[in-house]
Amino acid sequence: MAHILGGIATSHIPAIGVAMDKGLEQAPYWKGFFDAYPPVRQWLYAQQPDIAVIFYNDHGLEFFHDRKPTFAIGAADKYENADEGWGIAEIPPVTGETQLSWHIINELIDNDFDITVCQEMKVDHGLTVPLTLMWPGHQYGHIKVIPIAINCERHPMPKPSRCYDLGKAIGEAIRSFSGDQNVVVFGTGGLSHQLDGQRAGFINKPFDLYCMEKIVDEPEVLTKLSNYDLVEKGGSQGVELNMWLAMRGTLQGASQLTELHRSYHLPISNTGAGLQLLATEEAVTN
Amino acid sequence: MNHSLQIPGNILFDGPMATKGYPLNKMCFSFNQAESRAEFLADEEAYYEKFNLSEAQRQVMRDRDVIAMLETGGSIYYLAKFAGILGLNVQDVGGLQTGMTTEEFKAFLVKQGEV
Repeated sequence: MAHILGGIATSHIPAIGVAMDKGLEQAPYWKGFFDAYPPVRQWLYAQQPDIAVIFYNDHGLEFFHDRKPTFAIGAADKYENADEGWGIAEIPPVTGETQLSWHIINELIDNDFDITVCQEMKVDHGLTVPLTLMWPGHQYGHIKVIPIAINCERHPMPKPSRCYDLGKAIGEAIRSFSGDQNVVVFGTGGLSHQLDGQRAGFINKPFDLYCMEKIVDEPEVLTKLSNYDLVEKGGSQGVELNMWLAMRGTLQGASQLTELHRSYHLPISNTGAGLQLLATEEAVTN
Repeated sequence: MNHSLQIPGNILFDGPMATKGYPLNKMCFSFNQAESRAEFLADEEAYYEKFNLSEAQRQVMRDRDVIAMLETGGSIYYLAKFAGILGLNVQDVGGLQTGMTTEEFKAFLVKQGEV
């Protein structure tokens, strides 16, 4: 069976990618944010995962409103990044994977998650910024990525409880796969932020810290929130917490979780930026 | 989800808004391509016509009125691509929507960390 080593939740704000391109990691604005990442990178280097399952939301690169899936998964050998229109540099292609992808797809459909399947899809900053953060210098080619996109843009969007259950089903699928690959799961985006409306700039630090506390041992508390609650408490883009919940769902079958990292930095662009690492008992301990 | 509850200052982007905003958002989606951005800049009015924007949508675009763009069905994901053409980032856009200068908006963001 394949093994889930742990889950990582991280911001995916495009400005992070721009800052890395410009070498600004130690500039005063950015230092506090980037200084949180080395311990998580070191854990990844020690674990040597084969596959990364990445929950993200597409921001209008691959999916427009003509056909916008609620949940979508990639099953391709390679994923291209492309021009998003406002200046983030494109990154080299992301390596894909198909065998575990198809296994997950079969298991999801069997478990009543009728997900959209993409044999070709462009991946945007929601996925590429976390990859670049974890493997700076675009050194991510060895990691086989399975992208899973969740609609966080247009209501109606999947409920927090549903995203968590999707994660649970994916976790069970990974653990039932016949291979012996080591898998790490990413929940990306968040935390609280609002880009649009007179309420633009809204950030809710107490709520963000509450979510990072509850997601460790009591994720069910967060699944009782509605998307309306998330908009109200976390801003219109605060619904990106749903990707964190999907990640957390994949770990639910693990008998013991260890929180190895938690940090929060505000503001990064218009957001409260969180970073969190939860390891399972499958992870190599140093 | 209860759509009847309003959050002050929040314009919920739901199905009816996506219907109303479709031409506007489709136009801004095209800005992923450099040649489309150039075409827009060369002749904005012709570009509005090409995507069949409503007269109200053409006017809010001419006015560069971000709140009005949202009210005519614009989605911030695509409006951000339009803002990019104008050389504006999300702090600039935040300032435009809240009546603050960009510097005031950035200070507002920082202040929310002081709780």
